[in-house]
Amino acid sequence: MDLRESQPEREFREQVRAFVESSLPGDIRDRVLGFAHLEREDYVRWQKILHAKGWGAPGWPREWGGTGWSATQRVVFEEECFRAGAPRQMPFGLSMVGPVLLKFGAPAQKTRFLPRIVTLEDWWCQGYSEPGAGSDLASLKTRARRESDHYVVSGQKTWTSFAHWADWIFCLVRTRAEGKPQQGISFLLIEMRSPGVRVKPIRTLDQGADVCEVFFDDVVVPVEHLVGEEHGGWTVAKYLLGHERTNIAGVGMCKRLLSRVKDHARREFKRGKPLIQDVRFRDRIVRLEIDLLSHEWSLMRLISLEQSGKPVGAEASILKIRGSEIQQELAALLMECAGPYALPFVPEALAAGYHGETAGGAHLNALAAQYLDLRKVSIYGGTNEVQKNIIAKSLLGL
Amino acid sequence: MDFNLSDEQQMLADSVRRWLGTDYPFEARRRFAATAAGFGQGNWERLAELGLLGLQVPAEYGGLGSDSTDTAIVMQELGRALAVEPFVSTAVVGASLLARAGTEAQKTRLLPGVVAGATRLALAALEPGGRYDLSHVSTRAQWQNGSYVIDGRKAVVLHGDTAHTLIVSARVSGGTTDPEGIALFLVDPLAAGVQVKGFPTLDGQRAAEVELRAVTVDVAAMLGSMDTALELLEWGVDRGLAALCAEAVGVMERLMEMTVEHLRTRKQFGQAIGQFQSLQHRAADMLIAIEQARSMALLAAAKVDDPDPIIRRRALSAAKVMIGRSGRYVGQQAVQLHGGMGMTDELPVGYYFKRLTCIDMTWGDVEHHLERYGDPT
Repeated sequence: MDLRESQPEREFREQVRAFVESSLPGDIRDRVLGFAHLEREDYVRWQKILHAKGWGAPGWPREWGGTGWSATQRVVFEEECFRAGAPRQMPFGLSMVGPVLLKFGAPAQKTRFLPRIVTLEDWWCQGYSEPGAGSDLASLKTRARRESDHYVVSGQKTWTSFAHWADWIFCLVRTRAEGKPQQGISFLLIEMRSPGVRVKPIRTLDQGADVCEVFFDDVVVPVEHLVGEEHGGWTVAKYLLGHERTNIAGVGMCKRLLSRVKDHARREFKRGKPLIQDVRFRDRIVRLEIDLLSHEWSLMRLISLEQSGKPVGAEASILKIRGSEIQQELAALLMECAGPYALPFVPEALAAGYHGETAGGAHLNALAAQYLDLRKVSIYGGTNEVQKNIIAKSLLGL
Repeated sequence: MDFNLSDEQQMLADSVRRWLGTDYPFEARRRFAATAAGFGQGNWERLAELGLLGLQVPAEYGGLGSDSTDTAIVMQELGRALAVEPFVSTAVVGASLLARAGTEAQKTRLLPGVVAGATRLALAALEPGGRYDLSHVSTRAQWQNGSYVIDGRKAVVLHGDTAHTLIVSARVSGGTTDPEGIALFLVDPLAAGVQVKGFPTLDGQRAAEVELRAVTVDVAAMLGSMDTALELLEWGVDRGLAALCAEAVGVMERLMEMTVEHLRTRKQFGQAIGQFQSLQHRAADMLIAIEQARSMALLAAAKVDDPDPIIRRRALSAAKVMIGRSGRYVGQQAVQLHGGMGMTDELPVGYYFKRLTCIDMTWGDVEHHLERYGDPT
C-alpha cells in the first residue's frame, strides 16, 4: 500500500493542467463554467484540439489513436479538464460504441468508424431506451427484420441524448420475437441520414432540449452494420454497462460544482457578509466537500484494485449512486446561492450570443436550471434504484 | 497510489485474523469484558508476542516502527472481533507520544515495557465541562520548590484504571481555554494524591475519572516542552483517531456480514426477508456507507503521518466525520434489520452498534470535527 500521489502521477497532473489551461478556448471555458449551453461546434473544436495533441481518446489503445494511459491517468485527465472548464468529451463514441467496436467489431467496422470517433467527424448517439423500456431494457420493441443483405428497422427510441446533432446511432433492436427477451436482441449501427429516421427533441425542465425521440420508419440498414452476433446484442450491451467506470463516478463534475458553489458563496452576501462565512451555509459546503473527498478516494481505490487484477463488479454501482447524489446536492446548494434570484429565469440567456437582460446577473440566471437539469443523473445510466438492486444481488447475494 | 496490501501486510492481517478467529469468539469477548480489568490478560500477552504493541515504537526500543497503514490493518481486525484490549490507548496514542516527544530517559524507561506488554499507558486529556476540547485545561501544574504540583480532574480517561502511567495535560500558565501554557506530564497512578475511579463504558470497555490533589512530580516527568504541548497532544490524538477510524471499518464490516446472514436466513411471509426490495435497498445503503468509511479510514492512515499539521488535522477530522455518520447509519440499520432480536443483549449486533456509537463519541463527534475541519478549501 502506498497512499501518496507518486512523483510521476504529480508530474502527469501538472503536464495535463498546463496543456488544458493554455489550449482551452476562453469563450468555451466561460460558457462551461457559467453553465450556459454549448453548440455542437464547441464540442468538436475542443475534441480536435485534444486530438491534435494525441489526447483525443484517453481510454483507447495506441494503435487506434488512443493514449495508452492507465486508469489513474485517465481520471486525472478528466478531472483536470473539468477543473479548467472544458466541455466534457461526449461518451457515446469514445466510451460507448468505440469500446464495443474494439471488443466485438469486425476489422472493416473498426477501420471505418474508429478514426472518425477520435476526430469527432462522426457524432454518435445511443439508441437504448424506448417509451416502454426504461430500467427494464430487455423489453424493448424496436424491430429489425432481416431481408437478404439488409435489415428493415421500425420502432421508436427515446431519451436519446444529442440525437439532433448525431451522424450515427448505435441501437439495440429486436431481431427475434420468440424465446427469452434478452436472447432476441441485436446491436445495430444506423446512419442518422438514412431515409425513414426522424428526430424530435424533447423539451426538459431546464428548457433545454438535449434529449430526443428518434423514430424509425422502415429504415434500411446493411447487414455489415451489425456488431457481434445476430441475437447477441444483449452480451454487447452488458459489456458496455460494465465498461468505463471512471466516467460513472462523476468526480470531475462534482469538483467543478463544488468550486462553483464556493465562488458563488463568496460573491453573494447575507447580512453584509459573504455567504460562505455564514456558519449554516459553510457547514453544508463542508459536509459535501467531505463527501466528495471520500467519493474520490473510493474511485482511486477501485481503480487501484482493478489495475492489479482484482475483480470489480457492482462496486461501480456505488460510484454511480454517490456521484449522482453528490452532484445533485451540490447543484441544490448552487441554486440556493442565488437566493431570491433563483426565481426569475430567462432560458434564452443560456444560449451563446445572448445580449438581452436577466433579472439578476447572468451568472445567477443559470443556477436553478443547472439544479433542474442535474436531476437526470440519478435516472440515466440505470436509475439509482436499479443500481441498488445490482448491489444487493451481486455484492450481498440477496 | 497503490491501495493493494503488500505481501507483508496481507500476512499481518491474516495472522491477526487467525488469532482472533481462534481466541476471540463473541462469547469469549463477553468474559474478557466482564473481568475487573475489562480485558483479557492473555490477549494482551498475545498482542505483545505478535509484536503488535510495538507497531508505533522505533526499532531501537524494541518496536517495529512501522507506518500507519499497518496500524490500520491491525485495528480493522480488532474491530471485526470487537476486541476490548486497551490497544489504542497504549500502543497507538501513548507509545507514539512517548516516541515522538520523550526524553532518552523516558523512552528507555517506558517503551521496552510497552512493547513487552508490561507497561500500559492512558491519555488523561479531557476535563469535566470541556467536552472534546483538548485546550480546555483547568488542571494546574505549579512550580514549587523544584517540582511541579498538579491539581485538577481529568474526565473519561480511556482505560485509565488499568494504566501503569498516565499522560496528563495540565496548565502551567494562562486561562482555562488558552491554547498556550499547557504541558504534558507522565504521572504514576499510584502516586500520592492520585485517585483513579474506573467505570464501565457503554460498549463494555473501561474509562476512569482521575482526581489529582497536590500530586508532586519532578521536572523529568514532563513529556515534551511546555510551549508545544497542545500541538503534540493534537498530533497524538489524531493518531488515535486514525486507529479508531480503521477499527470502525472492521466493526461495520462484521456487522454487515451478520446483517446479510440474517436477511438470507430469517423467513417471514414464506420467504427470506432479504427477498423484500425495501430491505435489499437498506442493505445496499449500508454497504455504500461502509465503502465511504473505508475510503476515509485509508485517507486518515495516509495523512496522519503528513508533516503539515493543517493537512493532517483536516484529513483526520474529515475522516472522523464520515466514520461518525456511516457508523451511526450502519449501526442503527443493523439493529433495525434484525428486528426484535436486534434489541436483545443476546445477539452480538447490539454490541457492535454500541462500539460504533462510542467511537463516534470518542475524541470528537461529527459536530466537533465539522467545526475543527474549518473553512472549505
